[in-house]
Amino acid sequence: MPLLWLFLLVLAIAAGAFVLARTRVLTLSGQDRRSLHSLPIYYGSNAAMKSAVPALLMLVLWLLAQPFYVNKTVSDMIPDSAIVESSSRNLVLAEVRRAADGLDLAVSTGGMTEDEARNMQADISDVTTRLSDAGAILTSEITRPVLRAAQQFRVLNSTGYNIMSVMVLLIAAAGALWGIRETKPDFRARNVVEQGIRALLIAAASIAILTTLGIVLSLVFNTIEFFRLYPASEFFFGTNWAPSFSGRGGASDLGILPLLWGTFYISIVALIVAVPIGLFAAIYLSEYAGPKVRAFAKPMLEVLAGIPTIVYGLFALLTVGPLLVRVFGDDGLGWMQAGTAVMTAGLVMGIMLIPFVSSLSDDIINAVPQSMRDGSYGLGATQSETIRQVVLPAALPGIVGAILLAASRAIGETMIVVLGAGAAARLSLNPFDAMTTVTAKIVSQLTGDSDFASPEALVAFALGMTLFVITLGLNVFALYIVRKYREQYE
Amino acid sequence: MYDIPHHTQETAVTDVKIKAKDVQVYYGDNHAIKDVSVEIDNNTVTAFIGPSGCGKSTFLRCLNRMNDTIDICRVEGDILIDGDDIYDKRVDPVQLRAKVGMVFQKPNPFPKSIYDNIAYGPRIHGMARNKAELDDIVERALRRGAIWDEVKDRLQAPGTGLSGGQQQRLCIARAVATEPEVLLMDEPCSALDPIATAQVEELIDELRQNYAVVIVTHSMQQAARVSQKTAFFHLGNLVEYDDTSKIFTNPEDSRTESYITGRIG
Repeated sequence: MPLLWLFLLVLAIAAGAFVLARTRVLTLSGQDRRSLHSLPIYYGSNAAMKSAVPALLMLVLWLLAQPFYVNKTVSDMIPDSAIVESSSRNLVLAEVRRAADGLDLAVSTGGMTEDEARNMQADISDVTTRLSDAGAILTSEITRPVLRAAQQFRVLNSTGYNIMSVMVLLIAAAGALWGIRETKPDFRARNVVEQGIRALLIAAASIAILTTLGIVLSLVFNTIEFFRLYPASEFFFGTNWAPSFSGRGGASDLGILPLLWGTFYISIVALIVAVPIGLFAAIYLSEYAGPKVRAFAKPMLEVLAGIPTIVYGLFALLTVGPLLVRVFGDDGLGWMQAGTAVMTAGLVMGIMLIPFVSSLSDDIINAVPQSMRDGSYGLGATQSETIRQVVLPAALPGIVGAILLAASRAIGETMIVVLGAGAAARLSLNPFDAMTTVTAKIVSQLTGDSDFASPEALVAFALGMTLFVITLGLNVFALYIVRKYREQYE
Repeated sequence: MYDIPHHTQETAVTDVKIKAKDVQVYYGDNHAIKDVSVEIDNNTVTAFIGPSGCGKSTFLRCLNRMNDTIDICRVEGDILIDGDDIYDKRVDPVQLRAKVGMVFQKPNPFPKSIYDNIAYGPRIHGMARNKAELDDIVERALRRGAIWDEVKDRLQAPGTGLSGGQQQRLCIARAVATEPEVLLMDEPCSALDPIATAQVEELIDELRQNYAVVIVTHSMQQAARVSQKTAFFHLGNLVEYDDTSKIFTNPEDSRTESYITGRIG
């Protein structure tokens, strides 16, 4: 039975349970609806919940567990002798899966009957041609053990799915019965449903947290793998970034310092651009601008936040870079060799960050109570004195938070760097030199055609982990600052 | 119930500090204050009473042009302080507000230390040449605000950490620190408990020595206790303005009588 049908059936059983439970409680209560503990809809929901939730949980668990079991059984069927030299058990298993898929395909297109597909004694060359005719993708002629395993694979899977369907439907029906039997006027259905909703909310929150944990773990294992192949001290303190790709041979220098320096340099340039402009724009919008200007200007500013970063990258590459070269290049001051430079990427990234800083700061400045401003005006302060000495100090924790958030964005930015700052990892103080960042290098290390198990590829995970730890530290620091000021002001 | 204030007799000789003539205030199309004319004496506490929404706070805010900060608000008529029209184009509202201090309904200390709260006005107006002078101004203001003894050991603590009554006295001290000539108070005790209210009322009576004090209040007992003159506002009109003792014992207008006896409100 296809999964979708099974799913719909479970839902149908749940819907039936809903209707039955609701009708039952209405009959039991007779005319006097007030004798019910909860509204009728809660009794229905309770029955529906009890039938659908355990059944669907069972479905999910079974779908997760079955491939493990089938793989294990099939893998045991393949004798070591069947594993050809230079290939691994995993590759043979993949071959088995492909053969099984091929058999499915052949059966469904009519190239083979179900009995033929299950025939253990089938002629191998005949099976191979028929599979190819049916359009299945096979790497080589199927061997006897592989065919056997593939056939077993199909049998196991189809029995598995049949058992699962029956189980799930039984559970759904049992749950429905339970829910309907429970339905009596004094049953506290509302409380049970509320509990169910709470469980749903907890599950949503846990998924978010567990995903973060999963991301970290996937980074951690690959990072450990990398440090097994490459010394940590050279990674963290190396001042040279020169990965050699497997084709060329030779050892790689994988020092993170030039990349970190590039990241920080570009981020700092970006923040120097974004923080004053964003903050001043926010002050203008929240304190000086009239409602009409504000209604027009704020959305306009926020449009900047909606531009994809690749478009900013193009802007850096095609407009800002050449412009800077004309002023600072060989024809001008002679500080700049090419359009790709820290300055180019930093400026454009700063423009990208303006709406982050301004929009958040604007909200925070607006949240400062009007009574503070009145108090200051009442003492004969001008508007700018009020803003500088009362409003901004009161809004400072939030503004610091906004700036650090922008900094996290700057550190994590990739496309603008790839197009605007170049790809040369370099330790230099000249903002008109091309440099590159951690994120840009993660991309270039993983998109090459190098072996995934080599340090040159695995270094991407170590870089990602370092970046993660840095932004995490930045966020913790932001929280600390915000909390410290809040204590002082509240 | 309404005792005749014991200090009524002191008001015999006073000069007019603020003179308002035919003042009209509009909020957009809403005519909030209609034809209000009033003369407020120096060294006197003048109370504005009346039901909510009668315009007494609005009129108070006209006296230091705080209504300028509200876009839709429009003021017509003349308001003169010491004979000068404060709505004249040459008058800088910022300078005016330094001369006419204001205390608000809710205590609103700045998120700064107690010292910086008081020093805020003097710093802005350049009233102190050095730290010692500023210290002196701060101490004097805190003493006048009757809060010096409570905070002298923790001047660097945040002003927001004080209790509600202390915060309000801090705000009064802050207003006093700029040495205004008029002190406007918009329901200064409405957020305070009876003990803090008594302290603030005592303070208001002392402040009368140096300033013209105008206080908006919802409590008629408070008006009777602290003021020498009382103005009764109703629906944007100034109904009656006279000595406090007269308003509370022998009002001329029937609306005033209804209000102070609790029949309208």
